[in-house]
Amino acid sequence: MIISRFLRRGISTSTSPTRRRSWWDHVTPALKDPINAVTDAFLADPCPYKINLGVGAYRDDEGKPVVLQCVREAEGKTGATNFLESTSTAISSKLVEESAKLIYGEDSDVIKERRFAGIPALSGTGACRIFAEFQKRFYPDSTIYFPDPTWSNHRNIWGDAHVPDRTFHYYHPDSKGLNFVALMDDVKNAPDGSFFLLQPCAHNPTGVDPTDEQWLEISSLFKVKNHFPFFDVAYQGFASGDVERDAQAIRIFLEDGHSIGCAQSFAKNMGLYGHRVGCLSILCNDKIQAVAIKSQLKQISNTMYGSPPIHGISLVSKILSNPDIKALWLKEVKVMATRIQRMRATLREALERLGSPLNWQHITNQVGMFCFSGLTRAEVDQLAKEFHIYMTHDGRISMAGVTTKNVDYVARAIHEVTASDRDIKILHNIGAYKVNTDICSTSLGTKKTRARGMNLAL
Amino acid sequence: MASSVFSLASATPSASLSSHDIEKGKLNLRNTSLCFKKEKNNPFMKIKSFGRISMVVASNVSRFEGITMAPPDPILGVSEAFKADNHELKLNLGVGAYRTEELEPYVLDVVKKADKLLLEKGENREYLPIEGLAAFNKVTADLLFGADNPVIKQQRVATVQGLSGTGSLRLAAALIERYFPGGEVLISSPTWGNHKNIFNDAKVPWSEYRYYDPKTVGLDFEGMMADIKAAPEGSFILLHGCAHNPTGIDPTPEQWEIIADVIQEKNHIPFFDIAYQGFASGSLGADAASVRMFVARGMEVIAAQSYSKNLGLYAERIGAINVVCSSPDAAARVKSQLKRIARPMYSNPPVHGARIVANIVGDAALFKEWNAEMEMMAGRIKNVRDKLFDSLSSEDKSGKDWSFVLKQIGMFSFTGLNKAQCDNMTTKWHIYMTKDGRISLAGLSLAKCEYLADAIIDSYHNVS
Repeated sequence: MIISRFLRRGISTSTSPTRRRSWWDHVTPALKDPINAVTDAFLADPCPYKINLGVGAYRDDEGKPVVLQCVREAEGKTGATNFLESTSTAISSKLVEESAKLIYGEDSDVIKERRFAGIPALSGTGACRIFAEFQKRFYPDSTIYFPDPTWSNHRNIWGDAHVPDRTFHYYHPDSKGLNFVALMDDVKNAPDGSFFLLQPCAHNPTGVDPTDEQWLEISSLFKVKNHFPFFDVAYQGFASGDVERDAQAIRIFLEDGHSIGCAQSFAKNMGLYGHRVGCLSILCNDKIQAVAIKSQLKQISNTMYGSPPIHGISLVSKILSNPDIKALWLKEVKVMATRIQRMRATLREALERLGSPLNWQHITNQVGMFCFSGLTRAEVDQLAKEFHIYMTHDGRISMAGVTTKNVDYVARAIHEVTASDRDIKILHNIGAYKVNTDICSTSLGTKKTRARGMNLAL
Repeated sequence: MASSVFSLASATPSASLSSHDIEKGKLNLRNTSLCFKKEKNNPFMKIKSFGRISMVVASNVSRFEGITMAPPDPILGVSEAFKADNHELKLNLGVGAYRTEELEPYVLDVVKKADKLLLEKGENREYLPIEGLAAFNKVTADLLFGADNPVIKQQRVATVQGLSGTGSLRLAAALIERYFPGGEVLISSPTWGNHKNIFNDAKVPWSEYRYYDPKTVGLDFEGMMADIKAAPEGSFILLHGCAHNPTGIDPTPEQWEIIADVIQEKNHIPFFDIAYQGFASGSLGADAASVRMFVARGMEVIAAQSYSKNLGLYAERIGAINVVCSSPDAAARVKSQLKRIARPMYSNPPVHGARIVANIVGDAALFKEWNAEMEMMAGRIKNVRDKLFDSLSSEDKSGKDWSFVLKQIGMFSFTGLNKAQCDNMTTKWHIYMTKDGRISLAGLSLAKCEYLADAIIDSYHNVS
């Protein structure tokens, strides 16, 4: 909103706060962040058995947040020396080194030849933003391709960096799996040398990941098209429980010779959400170019916040560089991923036991923290209003919020709200309905045709 | 951008697999050999084997080939040069980080205590809200404006936790860019080097107002007033709340009143950068006087805070941006837009530093201890100023007036040395400082004052 500064009247010098023109009259209230809005609604609900399946933060089987043991051990080993600015540089370099080894592989050529520029970043968001600014600076006319759908904040991040975005097909609402054919088409049809954002594992919000074979093909096509792959790695370890396994997509791209960019977050896999620790790395031709690129990344972050806070950085670098603590961490990641896998299986079984004729395979097919349930906006709202179960409007369920104690209730609630879908299904099954699609609006605000999972699990 | 030529058998690997195999992910393509055409004779093609398949690619040109080194940071570069120097008398007066008399970095006792308490409490590490830790936001506003300030009681302050001063300034800059497109920020000449960079990257235009007078090594008050008056109505005037960086020259209380008059007259917005609350006079409350005076006049004010220096929390990146508005409704709207700006920058701010500050400022005993340590740190710097002044006055027989050393306030002193003279300080005396003539007294010990005085006198008189 452009307000001519000459229209603004002066401020009265009286100290009375009543009826005074403000510099900020033209500032409208910002729209609430959709994910945080869910948490706000949840917090405002007085119901004692309410359940938050909104934000993707891990909970144990009691529904409590977890501070990992490896974090406590690392913390015990660090101390007040953290506050000395002189040690910051050394610790930051260590973090970058260890993060790169974790995602690219300890024995990777990239590591040995030091062919990467890396800086610590403010978790995944910060890493993405620095990259978006870097992309804008050196490829001012470029766009970024996002999978459809993707994490809601991606669009804001590249948007605030003034990089326009496009989407490529990803999620198939019919199968609730990957729309691989359309994905490859979109990759092929994008102009050569486009920038793509890829999620290598535990896709947020759908939980749908390409298989290794599909990644191989995607990588090959990227090579033909000379596209730039930027990986947002927020869940390494959370997909399969094995950090090496979860890095396969990236290892495939590396083997194919791509010079990728990578945003890593330690928020989820180390439970360091509030510490804001991550890493941005960009692969380069050689060490010399790495130094130049790093200097540019540093300059971008210097005007945004200086550097990320040392506490989180020192925890992560300690955890990754101390073999005993790292071994403990790997165990704990497996525990978290396994619990989520168990909850997936349990939720699906519960729904099937209730006799739901709908297909709930996707609950166990999908991977990582999130399940794209296929629930409609209306059903999501009903779950909140009647059952005090909260999730984002697109029907994304954070499986981390499901526990042994609440899974039956969640299943029953989902079963209830999908009653009308079931009726349609039953009637279709007996031939009463010829129309087999349902048109409804999604949280993306567009009307989409949604097939209602016509392969029945009878 | 290099393009690659890729020759491949027409069938894609997956076509022959059953959907079952794909789903189970059982097939390991690494053992499969596939045949491809190779262009052996093309001089522009480089053949690379990537283990699994052979591909013909053009020479591996990175798409970031043309990227050059960013210019080195002038302040941090000084520390690096200092580290590389082996001379036994070397002295680092570059970066504004507090040092003890032994020239060791200093972790405040209250910080150690607060940190230990946190460790014992074992609180969770969940995300903070986008606006930051509520307990921190409350104490930081209280500290700056005074807990009983009407603007706080009336909920007219939008406070958002930021990443130290830099991060808080950037949030404000983004707010200005969004809601006052074309609106200009006026910064002092000189000012902290990163101010310009922050506004540049936030795409906020800026210009300078006269501030430092090299003739008097003091404030060019007339020039400052003239430039602020001449600025287009509704400009943002960036002011250092206390302990101006880099000059150490602060307006007097009387001069502050006149500055406020002019800003009100011209309908400008005062934009305070408060990075040294406590370091100017030794009293946290007294150092907030300038900001509080503007607020008491009913003005809408922007104020960025940092706990990097006064709590030594440089590395934890803790600060805040405050916007004092004329109504609680405006404050709520502004706060929501600051959050809107922060979310795509870093989602939510870091928790550790916020908890430390909240614990210290929110606990009466710890707060009292902090006040004492603050007085001690500021006191040490005052003593060093006194000693330096004495050394300069006694060693220098030219009659030059060195009293600016006593008048200047806070961590820094603008010596009035020019670039060549500064170079002499480094090459001949192994004293490291920034090229604008700024020395950080926080890095000076009583023991080294005489040596420094000798160096300054030599550089001033014998080098031009």
